Amino acid sequence: MDILYRNLLEFTWQQGVMILIGCLLIFLAIKKEMEPTLLLPMGFGTLLVNIPFSEALTGPINELYHAGIANELFPLLLFIGIGAMIDFGPLLSNPKLMLFGAAAQFGIFFTLAMARMFFPEIDAASIAIIGAADGPTSIAVANTLGSQYKGAITVAAYSYMALVPIIQPPVIRLLTTRKERLIRMPYEQKSVSKLTRIMFPILITLVVSAIVPQATALIGFLMFGNLIRECGVLDSLSETAQKVLANLVTIFLGISVAFNMTAEQFLKVDTLLILGLGLIAFIVDTAGGVLFAKFLNLFLKKKINPMIGAAGISAFPMSGRIVHKMGLKEDPQNFLLMHSIGVNVSGQIASVIAGGIILSFFAK
Amino acid sequence: MKFLTAFLSAAPSVPEINFQPEKFVDMLGYMGKGMLVIFVIIGVIILATLVINKFFSGKKQ
Repeated sequence: MDILYRNLLEFTWQQGVMILIGCLLIFLAIKKEMEPTLLLPMGFGTLLVNIPFSEALTGPINELYHAGIANELFPLLLFIGIGAMIDFGPLLSNPKLMLFGAAAQFGIFFTLAMARMFFPEIDAASIAIIGAADGPTSIAVANTLGSQYKGAITVAAYSYMALVPIIQPPVIRLLTTRKERLIRMPYEQKSVSKLTRIMFPILITLVVSAIVPQATALIGFLMFGNLIRECGVLDSLSETAQKVLANLVTIFLGISVAFNMTAEQFLKVDTLLILGLGLIAFIVDTAGGVLFAKFLNLFLKKKINPMIGAAGISAFPMSGRIVHKMGLKEDPQNFLLMHSIGVNVSGQIASVIAGGIILSFFAK
Repeated sequence: MKFLTAFLSAAPSVPEINFQPEKFVDMLGYMGKGMLVIFVIIGVIILATLVINKFFSGKKQ
């Protein structure tokens, strides 16, 4: 009869805490709808790997982790899906918006300096990339650098992405006056030719890869997905990449990340510190974009609403929508959506570039 | 509070966090270089996109 309770006696309180954390992730995914596609598989995976003598940990999750995350395959495949979802039209209509995407990566480099005060260089660089506000980039960079904190970094990256509607508005309000938030930016619809849409992903891939070869895989897969979307002859592949591929990879990615969510790896004081540093990265990213827009306004006759700078954080498309909603709240006739989405997709490109730069600095 | 203390002290393999504030200054070089490289790449992309737009905008979708 001891078979009924033998394994129960092997439970440690740390595993109990991890099971609670797994349940919390599942709760946040279902009840609060926070990044459910990722947090739910991660939460359930956390349960599976924290059972004493879990066969799931040594068997299928171990296999999936080494087949798809250790070699960066899953994040890259997910990037094909994300690329196929992105419409670069608003950005191509006004390419200067890309500057905000660059400015809003400041949080990554600021957090790098902050994290270095507590962690070795490799781990500090991996923690800093939480500020990319882009899960696949965070996973790929932390994995390539061989950080021991991959689990905590992934949880922080996806949790804060889901918390963007809570994190960004107070920072934006703090850094802008009401007068600035009321600045209207009429959208001038410009036609973007099909050839331009096709050439753009090819151009981005060539330019970024030539300067930062470490970002070739990340930017290449993202832009490959976009090329499938824009070429006009692969509609069925584009649809598959956007839906089936992205969904399938997300399921496997989420449950495989749980490989790093064992009590031994996750329950460390460092984890709390990493969560704090991730929050700093998101706040400073937002501030970087807003303050850069305010800086440009010093020289521009036609003023920019500085709130759109905050959308450069990536976290596509939440961040763009938040800025639009904040604009409407201040003035129901102030439509910032096309500008903020343009900045938001530029943030997606810039965050991948930032990931490549971090790798070029620290990867051996 | 007792739980937190127990958690922090009993957590497995808790490494001693080595606080080194001087490392912040060491990283400022990376911060400057990183932001400079991002702006240069984005600048090149903007210029190239403007050129593409100029030459191909006439061709309607």
